[in-house]
Amino acid sequence: MRFKRFIAVLSARNLEFIRDRSALSWNIVLPVLIVFGFAFAFTTSSQDLFKVGVYDQQKQAPTVEAFLKLKHIQFITVEALETAITKVERHQLDMLLDSSSGSYWINDSSANGYMLEQLLKRPGDTTLNKQTVTGDAIRYVDWLIPGVLGMNIMFSSLFGVGYVIVRYRKNGVLKRLKATPLTAFEFLSAQVVSRLWLIVAVTSLVYAGTDLLVGFRMYGSYLSLLLVLVLGTFSMICLSLIVAARLSNEETANGILNLVSWPMMMLSGVWFSLEGSPDIIQQLALIFPLTHMIQAARAIMIDGDGLLQVTDHILILIIMSVVFMTIGARSFKWE
Amino acid sequence: MSCILQVEKLVKHFGTVEAVNGVSFTIERGTCFGLLGPNGAGKTTTVEMMEGILPSTSGSIQYKGAPADETFRDEAGIMFQETSLQEFIQVGETLELFSRFYSHTRPLDELIERCALGEYLDRDVRKLSGGQRQRLLLAIALVNDPEIVFLDEPTTGLDPQARRNFWQLVNDIKQEQKTLVLTTHYMEEAYELCDEIAIMDHGRIIAQGSPRALLKKHFDNSVILLPANEVPETLDQDPRLKLHRMNGQVEILSEDVNATIDLLMAQRIPLTHLQIRSRTLEDLFLELTGRGLRS
Repeated sequence: MRFKRFIAVLSARNLEFIRDRSALSWNIVLPVLIVFGFAFAFTTSSQDLFKVGVYDQQKQAPTVEAFLKLKHIQFITVEALETAITKVERHQLDMLLDSSSGSYWINDSSANGYMLEQLLKRPGDTTLNKQTVTGDAIRYVDWLIPGVLGMNIMFSSLFGVGYVIVRYRKNGVLKRLKATPLTAFEFLSAQVVSRLWLIVAVTSLVYAGTDLLVGFRMYGSYLSLLLVLVLGTFSMICLSLIVAARLSNEETANGILNLVSWPMMMLSGVWFSLEGSPDIIQQLALIFPLTHMIQAARAIMIDGDGLLQVTDHILILIIMSVVFMTIGARSFKWE
Repeated sequence: MSCILQVEKLVKHFGTVEAVNGVSFTIERGTCFGLLGPNGAGKTTTVEMMEGILPSTSGSIQYKGAPADETFRDEAGIMFQETSLQEFIQVGETLELFSRFYSHTRPLDELIERCALGEYLDRDVRKLSGGQRQRLLLAIALVNDPEIVFLDEPTTGLDPQARRNFWQLVNDIKQEQKTLVLTTHYMEEAYELCDEIAIMDHGRIIAQGSPRALLKKHFDNSVILLPANEVPETLDQDPRLKLHRMNGQVEILSEDVNATIDLLMAQRIPLTHLQIRSRTLEDLFLELTGRGLRS
């Protein structure tokens, strides 16, 4: 490998990325918008868990007074009983209460309705000792940020390397490079390194910028987080090399990249936790590098884990990178 | 003169299509070798096998007496028929990029001046005109000061002035004793630039030699042209004239121009618009294959 040739391709690719303003701004603007969108949409002062409609509030029997004082239940005065019952039928209200007539309505299929019924019957009745702790709540946005940044990294890695190489092949850039002493290894290394550092830089910038305004919870080490970010990005870039190895049709490449990226986006725990999902989904998610990157990043950020605790994710990311890169590089064709 | 490139029984099949069928020739160092033929004759396929871009189905290509290896890539300059350059990169940066691929390079300033690219160094390669783009691609092909330069239909799509300017550049390269391999379907271009030509059709070489030698070998006559309306049709049957009408003109093939003109004067044919031209490579191709070079 000639370092001079590697650096030449690396510089040219960096220039291309930086000058392609639409791609650059999309890489920065999209994650910022998502983070802000979710920060505002889910950051609300209300911590109410249930909605109870109360009919004819003035005439409530004293037996339900204790229930009406419970925290985290939103009590809504309703004017018309019939309309309110319909809302219970449709799960828009978890319960409807009219103790003046001695009745309450819940939907049999509503879990919230069931819980409220238990509270209504015996609120706060326990013989166990109460222990209290204090601490800041983990907001959805704190949990979401590794997922959103991970998703952005995935799209940037797959399309930024895979799609670009296919485009180069289609329009003849690769053919022209093949006619020079540049080797495939030098070319691919430059593509990987160029995209890797650009993604790490852009992601760090987006993280720092949104952190400044939203303020994330970060209980672990930034260095560990950086390592996970670099390894996760590297593994997904290597994955894109497999897609880009031989294709010369942008439409096919686009389809395959979407086929790879969408399941990752849905099943890697970007938007919601996989903890409650079926075992098979959880097992399936482990084949995606994005899952390991996000899980490791969340463990570091939210649980304050060190590298030792996320070693399994790191090892899997390293193994995936090596496997993807070997397949991608070995099957690579200039044309 | 020594042989720099030797092609032996070269064959290329694409599935059931036989694009190149046992082509053999040698190229002498310091000469311009032209591959001529209509579209689909197998020129580009042959050249791309010589360039190492396409693998051959069978046959051999020897560069300086040995199979082409890394040295060949380092010493060859290539200008493809169609090529794209990396987007968002300027002309100067593109030259810089390619110059870093080679162990030995030509000073960029000299190359920029020779190919008249000085005004466009800061221009995005996508914003170049056809002529400017071809000059840049030629400059890229020359960036490693190559021993052998491949030019695949370099002037296709250029206007006549840009084409002539390009020929001048190629002639300058020839002056440096570089070996050139040129494919073209412009006969004038081949005649102007090539020392040796091989005419291809259906994947085979059907004639080879210097342009003048080929014309001399196949033709011992000239063409006399007259407006068709000035030549009575009764002359069409005259056994002393090889005459045929085409596009409002009469072409008379003549081994002895003086004798033919005397004959025409005797018939009182007006000679005001008479033209005489030598036989061209286009004529040769028509004669050999029965179809035009650009068909």
